[in-house]
Amino acid sequence: MPRHKLIASESDGKDNEFSLYYVEVEENSQGGQEKQTTRDGKRRRERNGEVSRRRASEKRTTEVDTKRAEKKHEKRHKTARKEGEKHEKRQRRKNADEEEAEEESNKEKKNIKNERTKTLRRDDEKEKDVKKKRKKHVKNEEDNANSGKTKQKDCHDMPLKEKKKKRKKPETTSESESKSESDSAPESKDNQAVGVLGSLTPEELEKLKEAVDERKKLIATMRGKPWPMKKKLVVLRSSCVLQRQETLLIISFLYYSNCQKWMKFQRDFENFKTACIPWEMKIKEIESHFGSSVASYFIFLRWMYGINMILFGLTFGLVMVPEALMGKPYGSIPRKTVPREEEASAMNFAILWDFGGYAKYSVLFYGYYNSQRAIGWLKFRLPLSYFLVGVGTVAYSYMVVIRTMARNANEEGGGDDTSFNFSWKTFTSWDYLIGNPETADNKFASITTSFKEAIVEEQESRKDDNIHLTRFLRVLANFLVLCCLAGSGYLIYFVVRRSQKFALLGLENYGWWERNEVNMVMSLLGMFCPMLFDVISTLENYHPRVALQWQLGRIFALFLGNLYTFIIALMDAIQLKRAEEEIVKKNMTIWQANLYNGTVPDNSTAPPITVHPADIPRGPCWETMVGQEFVRLIISDTMTTYITLLIGDFLRAVLVRFLNNCWCWDLEYGFPSYSEFDVSGNVLGLIFNQGMIWMGAFYAPCLPALNLLRLHVSMYLQCWAVMCCNVPQERVFKASGSNNFYMAMLLVILFLSTLPAIYTIVSIPPSFDCGPFSGKTRMFDVIQETLESDFPAWFGKMFSYASNPGLVLPFLLLLVLAIYYLQSTSKTYKRVNMELKKKLQTQNEENKKKNKLAALKAANELEQARKAGEQRSSSSQHTQNSEPPVSSTHTTTRPPASRGHTSSGHLPGHPQQPQKNSHSNRR
Amino acid sequence: MGGTSSKLPKDLLSEYQELTFLTKQEILMAHKIFSELQDRENGLYSSRVSMEKILTLPELKSNPFRKRICHVFSTSDMKDGSLSFEDFLDLLSAFSDSATLEIKSHYAFRIFDFDDDGTLDARDLEKLVNSLTGETDDTRLTGEEMRQLISNILEESDIDKDGTVNLSEFQHVISRSPDFVSSFKIVL
Repeated sequence: MPRHKLIASESDGKDNEFSLYYVEVEENSQGGQEKQTTRDGKRRRERNGEVSRRRASEKRTTEVDTKRAEKKHEKRHKTARKEGEKHEKRQRRKNADEEEAEEESNKEKKNIKNERTKTLRRDDEKEKDVKKKRKKHVKNEEDNANSGKTKQKDCHDMPLKEKKKKRKKPETTSESESKSESDSAPESKDNQAVGVLGSLTPEELEKLKEAVDERKKLIATMRGKPWPMKKKLVVLRSSCVLQRQETLLIISFLYYSNCQKWMKFQRDFENFKTACIPWEMKIKEIESHFGSSVASYFIFLRWMYGINMILFGLTFGLVMVPEALMGKPYGSIPRKTVPREEEASAMNFAILWDFGGYAKYSVLFYGYYNSQRAIGWLKFRLPLSYFLVGVGTVAYSYMVVIRTMARNANEEGGGDDTSFNFSWKTFTSWDYLIGNPETADNKFASITTSFKEAIVEEQESRKDDNIHLTRFLRVLANFLVLCCLAGSGYLIYFVVRRSQKFALLGLENYGWWERNEVNMVMSLLGMFCPMLFDVISTLENYHPRVALQWQLGRIFALFLGNLYTFIIALMDAIQLKRAEEEIVKKNMTIWQANLYNGTVPDNSTAPPITVHPADIPRGPCWETMVGQEFVRLIISDTMTTYITLLIGDFLRAVLVRFLNNCWCWDLEYGFPSYSEFDVSGNVLGLIFNQGMIWMGAFYAPCLPALNLLRLHVSMYLQCWAVMCCNVPQERVFKASGSNNFYMAMLLVILFLSTLPAIYTIVSIPPSFDCGPFSGKTRMFDVIQETLESDFPAWFGKMFSYASNPGLVLPFLLLLVLAIYYLQSTSKTYKRVNMELKKKLQTQNEENKKKNKLAALKAANELEQARKAGEQRSSSSQHTQNSEPPVSSTHTTTRPPASRGHTSSGHLPGHPQQPQKNSHSNRR
Repeated sequence: MGGTSSKLPKDLLSEYQELTFLTKQEILMAHKIFSELQDRENGLYSSRVSMEKILTLPELKSNPFRKRICHVFSTSDMKDGSLSFEDFLDLLSAFSDSATLEIKSHYAFRIFDFDDDGTLDARDLEKLVNSLTGETDDTRLTGEEMRQLISNILEESDIDKDGTVNLSEFQHVISRSPDFVSSFKIVL
């Protein structure tokens, strides 16, 4: 068959398969009756059968003359059986495969368009052909009855249907075609791999494994490919055929199915994990209504909740529960009993609300804990545990905050270059999460203004007028803000001083206001000052994002100032208490002497006098006082937050909604309107709240628990409030920009709040008669005590050596040096990174230019070739004329370098080949 | 009918999980929503949902690119933007949390490419800016501003200076943006 050889190797391979296919059919029909053929051979045959069948169904689109193939196969299928030829054939087929992958794609393209005119007649023939093949398919399936799964049928019927659909659909875009090219390539690889399967030598097994790996990789990355689902499904299902073939190989069976199981498990685990994230649906709902910035607050809240959960677990599990279960019970020693003079009012609600009375003498506060070294049958070292938990919570918080910051910084990556200002504004400014028409309107407005601003800025960067006025206004605004801050600081200091005076004279003589003055003033300042700042900041005329950061900075300064005035006042109170303590100590000795002298003189044999612990005089216990102050602060802060939420948001919304019908102007869009959700203020509130927790948790172990409760309630209350009575912000921001800004603030607060706590722990001696460290000169002595009594002597010695300044100082120096070194290397890396970026950019540009030139050249050549071809074809035939111009437009519009597969199709002269082929085929 | 259409076969479900960035819950949710949208009045189980119905979803209702999104993800032969369930899943997958930057930017490009010619030219950009600034006249940019804006955009992102932004240039620009991935999301 000389003509056949002319047609190139492609059709050769095809015929091969057809022969194999028919062989397969025959053999299978035999195999259905006599199952006891050798396993190996059967496997091989089946595999070949699969391949050929699949191939056949694929080829149907490209095959031109099937009748010829049918004639040939009868001769061929005899020779196909001969073992000697098999190997050779396999080789040939491999070659054919490789060429097929390329040519098929080209051909497909041409065929779809070229044949469109002729296929109508041909289609009928093919339909018949298809029916014939179908029959055989069915036969096959019946023979394979033991495998009997209908799904298998689906597996290779699907691609067939697909292909048919595609062929009948003449208007398939060039895009989908190019995709189908990239699709067919991996499939042919698979077939190759399956072809190799024939004999089971170790090397071939290796190859098989590689093929499986490749396929798995493809599947794993498939979801990352921008294909329509149908195509993905086809590829996935074609791989399920492959998998079934593999199931026959025991090794790969285990290998593959294990992998599958593992993948399934991973997937289920993922599902489980997402199902476990609390409030996910709530937050998503808010996100879809209000955009990502409001949602970012709730995500932050949830993150905070997680941290507090850990803190709570530590303090509750290692401090409160052991003391409550194993420590001495209530009423056994003075520090665990309510003193006689308070007993009458200890159960009053007002007192309990103020955390006095029974609440004060409970595990909630520092003073209750006993200094006994080991408690219970577990010999639990409570004082040590108390100290370590205090240190551990702070250390843990540092770790978490810094780790999160580092991760955020990583994600931001090279977000520092602003060379794409306008492009980003256009391409990325829409927040696709917005599902609320009002928010969308706001967003439209804000985008428009940002565009206009950017344009104006661009123009103004050349000429700057009126800068003096803005500068003056900004200075003025900052001055005003400073005045506000100073005023609020003084107010708090004044109030705290006054409250000390009240406290000295006895709180009982004063009303509610005097008792809660400090907290109320602090909360009110925190409420009204930010509004004032907001008004002032309108003077400055900053860009909203910048303005927000200024605003945040100012509120931060205000809160910080308030907090520190509070702490300073508290320090004063501590000094007062300590002076009081000295007096009590002196009185105590007198009291004891009186006790012994007065009742039992000179009788050593008599039992010691038992005095009810409530009657024993005791010191003021400044630690409990500090703890109480913090708890009160937290409570009042929470209350003000909730009350402002209810009044400011809910009541306002209700009034606006219902009074709107009988009012003289439009309340909803006019003056009061609905309130916006204030992300920055809420985040700051949260951060400061957390700061107070960190500060006070050492003296009041109940604080993390209280905070947990508060956050939990906040989550629900604020979610509800946002959804029912807030309108979306007028200025919609994206969250990501300010994310690390919040974290940085949290870190600063953490640092600032640990400072006073550490100061009190290190420099002030603990009270003599309350708390776990009573009787020691400093709180950290507990470490030394443990080292001395619980560890072997050499350990203590080593520790003392290690803690000697001669060792510690060089170590610190080393740390500083290491930090410096890392800092400088990171800087150089950054610089190198920037340079590489630049290099890449320039290279990219050069490449683009080159490619463009090449594309132009190719287009020219194509044009010439087409002209030549037209001349030739006009003399001989008039059938094909529509195709070439289309491909030439493609070459000009698409960048050749962007896609490997398509670019090969645009190489000069290349698209001509299939055309010639079809010529020769037709002749 | 309800029984058959509201249940997703198990193996199909796992295949969908394999092929999309969605979790099982999300796929089931999507299926529920989709089958609610499907036409039931005419008694026929229609596999495609018309664009008008898809656009009634609150998540898409106020999106200025809603029609483009439907057209990009539709595999319909009629070019009417109707979505099958698989197209719908494709859409959600591309807009999901865990989708990669590459796939997101690819689809973003196709959404912004209003005339489907594979590049963003000045006309595409103008349409894009117009849909970003809303339909009302007071938010619309003037002709002068528009010209300025488009020339600025092209100056920044058109690296090979052929007057259009192609896919690789677009992805280059997008990949540097700090907040593209966090905002190119649609959550059901």
